[in-house]
Amino acid sequence: MSVPRFWREIPYRYRLIGSYCENCKETFFPPREICPKCRRAGNIKNIKLEEEGEIFSYTVIRTAPPEFNTQTPYVVALIKLKNGPLILSQVTDCDVEDIEIGKKVRMVFRKISEDGEAGIINYGYKFVLAE
Amino acid sequence: MRKVAVIGVGMTKFGELWNSSLRSLTIEAGIKALNDAGIGGEEVDAIYTGCMSGDMFVKQGHIASLIADYGGMLPVPSTRVEAACASGGLALRQGFMAIASGMADIVVVGGVEKMTDSLGSQTTGYLALAADQEWEAFNGATFPSLYALMARRHMHEYGTTEEQLGLVAVKNHHNGSLNPNAHFQFDVSLEKVMNSSLVADPLRLFHCSPVSDGAACVILASEEKAKELSEDPVWIIGSGQASAAIGLYDREDICTIDSTVNAARTAYKMAGVTPKDIDFAEVHDCFTINEIISSEDLGFFKKGEGGKAVEEGLTSLDGEIPINPSGGLKAKGHPVGATGVAQAVEAVIQLRGKAGKRQVKDAEIGLTHNIGGSGGTAVIHIFSR
Amino acid sequence: MVGIIGYGAYIPKNRIKTSEIARVWGKDPVNVEKGLGVIEKSVPSIDEDTITISATAAKYALKRAGIGPEKIGAIYIGSESHPYVVKPSGSVVAAALGCEGELRCADYEFACKAGTAAIQNVMGLIEGGYIDYGIAIGADTSQGAPGDALEYSAAAGGAAFILSKDNKENIVTIEETLSYTTDTPDFWRREHQHYPQHGGRFTGEPAYFKHVGTATEMMMKRAGITPEDVDYVVFHMPNAKFPMTMAKKLGFSKEQIAPSLVVKEIGNTYSGSSLLGLTAVLDIAKPGEKILMTSYGSGAGSDSFYMTVEDAIERKRDLCPKTWEMVHEKRYVDYATYTKYRKKILMR
Repeated sequence: MSVPRFWREIPYRYRLIGSYCENCKETFFPPREICPKCRRAGNIKNIKLEEEGEIFSYTVIRTAPPEFNTQTPYVVALIKLKNGPLILSQVTDCDVEDIEIGKKVRMVFRKISEDGEAGIINYGYKFVLAE
Repeated sequence: MRKVAVIGVGMTKFGELWNSSLRSLTIEAGIKALNDAGIGGEEVDAIYTGCMSGDMFVKQGHIASLIADYGGMLPVPSTRVEAACASGGLALRQGFMAIASGMADIVVVGGVEKMTDSLGSQTTGYLALAADQEWEAFNGATFPSLYALMARRHMHEYGTTEEQLGLVAVKNHHNGSLNPNAHFQFDVSLEKVMNSSLVADPLRLFHCSPVSDGAACVILASEEKAKELSEDPVWIIGSGQASAAIGLYDREDICTIDSTVNAARTAYKMAGVTPKDIDFAEVHDCFTINEIISSEDLGFFKKGEGGKAVEEGLTSLDGEIPINPSGGLKAKGHPVGATGVAQAVEAVIQLRGKAGKRQVKDAEIGLTHNIGGSGGTAVIHIFSR
Repeated sequence: MVGIIGYGAYIPKNRIKTSEIARVWGKDPVNVEKGLGVIEKSVPSIDEDTITISATAAKYALKRAGIGPEKIGAIYIGSESHPYVVKPSGSVVAAALGCEGELRCADYEFACKAGTAAIQNVMGLIEGGYIDYGIAIGADTSQGAPGDALEYSAAAGGAAFILSKDNKENIVTIEETLSYTTDTPDFWRREHQHYPQHGGRFTGEPAYFKHVGTATEMMMKRAGITPEDVDYVVFHMPNAKFPMTMAKKLGFSKEQIAPSLVVKEIGNTYSGSSLLGLTAVLDIAKPGEKILMTSYGSGAGSDSFYMTVEDAIERKRDLCPKTWEMVHEKRYVDYATYTKYRKKILMR
């Protein structure tokens, strides 16, 4: 991912800032310019999403693209955030056998990828199993 | 709206075609189709080509011009169509609309993908272009992982089993063994499927369609031209297309692909038929779970019962509603941009009664279903004798 | 007076046993364990580094401080494993916390005492009236060369402290702080080198013991105290032997130092070492108790702090995970997985 492209998204990736539509009261992540439900009738504002959720679905990646091939096997999950939308993210620091639909998770700040040995490091949100 | 017919079809073999290039594949399929239609390039009014990513796989853009040029059809207007894995189906729809609207009388619709010139590790990344780059691929999701997430949830909500996922592959390999153009022409046992390596749990190698090279082509004609040129035209009686969220995380229900549901509704309405009237369907089994989910979304089975249907043999060649008589993407192969058009080729061959050992009995109405990405685009066509 | 208003600790979950490392290199596991007093060490996951550890600890510190990130006027992170040699860890953590804007920031290095140096710096900014609140962090994911003695103890972890002045919400008042610095090349890492080098036995008497001992004695003299006046003593922990020997030499008891000795089960977290000893003590210390902490950084120097625990600690310490809890929340990895996480495998 190019430097400016990643940099633009830092608040969303680092602090889980999403969108809230004052018209239909729905939250969205990633942030939106136009409310997908209300379209032009919507009124979108930034909102900090809750950092807790539960696993809605998951998979274990065993064949990965080059940027992630040192990390296999790793868990990718769809997580339903508390009072918020679904988000796709990795669940880290776990044994793959421990993941089940319905388990509670919480957000952590981790490295997502690197632009090779010399490029920038991309940080962002991942999740861990919450006790 | 004018009626639209298919008067010629052609395709290359699908597989790892080291001796073929993007250009040579397109020409091979195109010549076969033109010969089948009995026309020359000079009679063509427009060309539409589906190609997901010549830009990435072979670092070639501006394919539209390349195809018209190398196909010997200059100065015919040529358009490259892209909707990830639905590029072929979408190209077909563009051609259909050109004739239906009266803008063209004879249209060449092709689909092509040359995937094996790039390394396997690069291919994974290129295919993931169909997903949300910022919020899915960036976080480590691969394309198979998105369907794996759908599979896991479908198993959780409806009790679909890994065996049922595997039986789709078994059935499609059997059909593919009867298709001389298929990438894989051998049967596989359920045991072999269930023991193949995990790619993204629960999806295994044999639940995933392969990386293939190939091209397919159909010649479309207006009613007037069809009557003039063809003895056995096949009519496109319905066409539907719909969009859904590009990211899986933005879907209301990940066990349903609502672009399929919406596109199907449009197509059935235009054709004046219901799911019960369909005699066979070429369904987008990029991963076996998608054949199960789509068979439900297309209205063949109730939501959640697609797995059971495969188990009970309802979708076999001699079943109630044969699905993927060609072998599907799993066995026939999945050169991405070519798939949607290859599905149309199969539909036409079946309706002409020329499908040999894999012929569906009494085929009168067929359906093709082509999906882009994890369901962001769906294109459906209904064919009739 | 300046004090600590919030603190946070973070230790990665993975552990590798001393005996497992010894097995690979053909050493006697029992003797290695006994010699160091370390039975296992923490290993960062493949997606962790000094920045992620710092951000996690800092978030806990903010929670205990009970203030919004916009109040932070400075962020200084001390480490010897900053992910970038050029580009500050501090600015990334500032973005993660949400305190970008008017903010003083730079990264610190002084081997294992970079974190305590950061604390002194933030104290100065507050005392000088330049800022109201500042964060000082010490964190590391240091490595020891494969097969070297340091491989058994080089570990990962960090702690963050938010400081403020004359604040009823402070959990600790820093009564006194001083530093003792000389040029002593006991342990170093040249630019472009992966692993540090060290002077073997030279790292003992003329380095660790001289600086920690001198700084602590200077502190006791300046504060007018003796070992009996102190409830808890915390020293930098390169292993378990050195701090315990130091404590004995200076006249402190086993009971005074025991609560801080996280090194036994997580190894040496370098810039996080003495600071995690401090957070372990803060997790249990009672109002009115006295803490004496002396860090050590090779090169060489020691920062000493004499602190009083305040009432506010009772209502703050339970807000976030505690140090020894994190020490015990673990999953074991074998040597192969450890080399994978620590990127010791040539991929090309």
